[in-house]
Amino acid sequence: MKQNYYELISKNNLLKRKIISMLMLGLCITAGFLAIIPLVYIFFYTTMQGASSLNLDFFTQIPKPVGESGGGMANAIVGTLILVGLGSIFGIPVGIFAGIYVAEYSKTLLANVIKFVTDVLSGVPSIVIGIFAYGLIVLPMQKFSALAGGFALGILMIPTITRITEEMLKLVPHSLREASLALGIPRWKTTLKIVLKTASGGIITGILLAIARAAGETAPLLFTSFGNSFWSSSLDQPMASIPVQMFNYAISPYEEWHNKAWAGAFVLIALVFVISLIVRISTHKKYSGTI
Amino acid sequence: MSKIKSCIITDLNKIEEIKSRKKFSDIIFENFTLVFAFIIIALVLFIFYEMFKDAFPARDKFGFDFIFSSEWNAVTENFGALTFIYGTVISSVIALIIALPVSIGVAVFLSELAPQIIKTSLSFLIEILAAIPSIIYGFWGIFVLAPFMRTTIQPSIQSVLGFLPIFQGNAIGFGLLTSGIILAIMIIPIISAVTRDVLKAIPMSQREAAYALGATRWEAIKMALLNAKSGILGATVLGLGRAVGETMAVTMVIGNKANISASLFDPAYSMASVIANEFAEASGELHIASLIYVGLILFAVTLVINTLARLLIYSFTRKADLK
Repeated sequence: MKQNYYELISKNNLLKRKIISMLMLGLCITAGFLAIIPLVYIFFYTTMQGASSLNLDFFTQIPKPVGESGGGMANAIVGTLILVGLGSIFGIPVGIFAGIYVAEYSKTLLANVIKFVTDVLSGVPSIVIGIFAYGLIVLPMQKFSALAGGFALGILMIPTITRITEEMLKLVPHSLREASLALGIPRWKTTLKIVLKTASGGIITGILLAIARAAGETAPLLFTSFGNSFWSSSLDQPMASIPVQMFNYAISPYEEWHNKAWAGAFVLIALVFVISLIVRISTHKKYSGTI
Repeated sequence: MSKIKSCIITDLNKIEEIKSRKKFSDIIFENFTLVFAFIIIALVLFIFYEMFKDAFPARDKFGFDFIFSSEWNAVTENFGALTFIYGTVISSVIALIIALPVSIGVAVFLSELAPQIIKTSLSFLIEILAAIPSIIYGFWGIFVLAPFMRTTIQPSIQSVLGFLPIFQGNAIGFGLLTSGIILAIMIIPIISAVTRDVLKAIPMSQREAAYALGATRWEAIKMALLNAKSGILGATVLGLGRAVGETMAVTMVIGNKANISASLFDPAYSMASVIANEFAEASGELHIASLIYVGLILFAVTLVINTLARLLIYSFTRKADLK
């Protein structure tokens, strides 16, 4: 390191160094804008393509066979809601309570191990989670089911929720905990009624974020909830979902179906955008780390 | 006198009683949350166990040769994963080569250069970029990026560097290069966000010291980057993990052809995409077991990659905190 500094000052070609500096900073700024070009492009392209094929039928009708015009994705929209709902039943409690443990008992080695494993779990490919749900639920039941899909989505939601719960609980000032304990309120009650309540806004936005991600997941649903062209409400049957429907439409050769898929993409992007905006506004400045 | 004494004693007893009661309920609550925390650890272990078990027929028949065989034939029931490993590795490496410089640039811009208002809005946009479902990237890849690669990018690369074997063959738009580019777009948000956090952890005084010695702005930033290199390496490895496991976007643009070819323009197949394409339709027990075996390898690889990445990032931030 010392040598580097020495090199720095010994070279007296200031102009050259200044030019290099300007050039590199310019490159960094270019990179900043380069990175968001795909975003802007995808965003506007999807909006343009999707909004034009979006109509009331899209939300109220089920898919029509090839050749017949019209039809929509109503069953897939409801399917996605049910699957995400199932996932939430499993993912939200595990995520929140694990987050509480990591935040409130964070001095123990175990808490750090759990934090680490949560991070590792968030990096497990979603298709692997799909295989797991297949082996655990589809194989014994001998059929594709909404239950298996919901379970897979639930696992995918856990790391996000745990992480954000932990971060939000840590933002609650210690004096609040101390004040509560000083009044003789037991620790568990303090955690639930004071700390959790104070952080609830942030945790809810974290849950929203996890839901938005789960709603767009395709890979784990391909061979768990599979897909369905019709209405289905029973949890032990295959169930349609927006992303899987989109995938089937996208790889089909029919223009009509492509348009439907663009409309589905538009719905998903709108969902992600609105939720990200809510998260950004409500946690503004409180939390800026990576989730 | 004795009355008062007994009064105090009962009070003390009461306090002790309340104390122990509190402790008891606290212990229950702590263990209650601990159970949920344990579910996470159990899940990771159970995922591994379940896949290890379900892949048994393939593990039994092919053993470790599975990794080195490029045969994948559902009719003769002869399976090997080499083709898919090749596709995954090459597309991820392309993604890293493209994404790393851009991400470092973005991180420097976000942490050192941009004024507050641009910083917030750009961070927000990059957050959304990370949240867009991969199916949409894939969809965009099929209908926008792949045709653009076919008509514009690939012919122009071929006209200049066509003599290189990696740029030969038919430019059909779908293949390793296109999936590498899609993956790069998808991992830039994660690499740049972690790198930005790592750069923030480098104390300001180091840059100030560099300035005081007459360094230009870039030279000061270069010092910070050099000091943050283990953290940046962690961020890169994290991005690699994402790229390796990414399924839908790759499936839609890689061409899905079991094929090992030197040309980056040729269609290929990745580990995740073969599972996505064949799993639901696979009929034979050995075929499904082989796909699960591919999944098991994928899981093991991403587990190692992610553990490494997190260790690098943790040890870096701890060191930075100590400073």
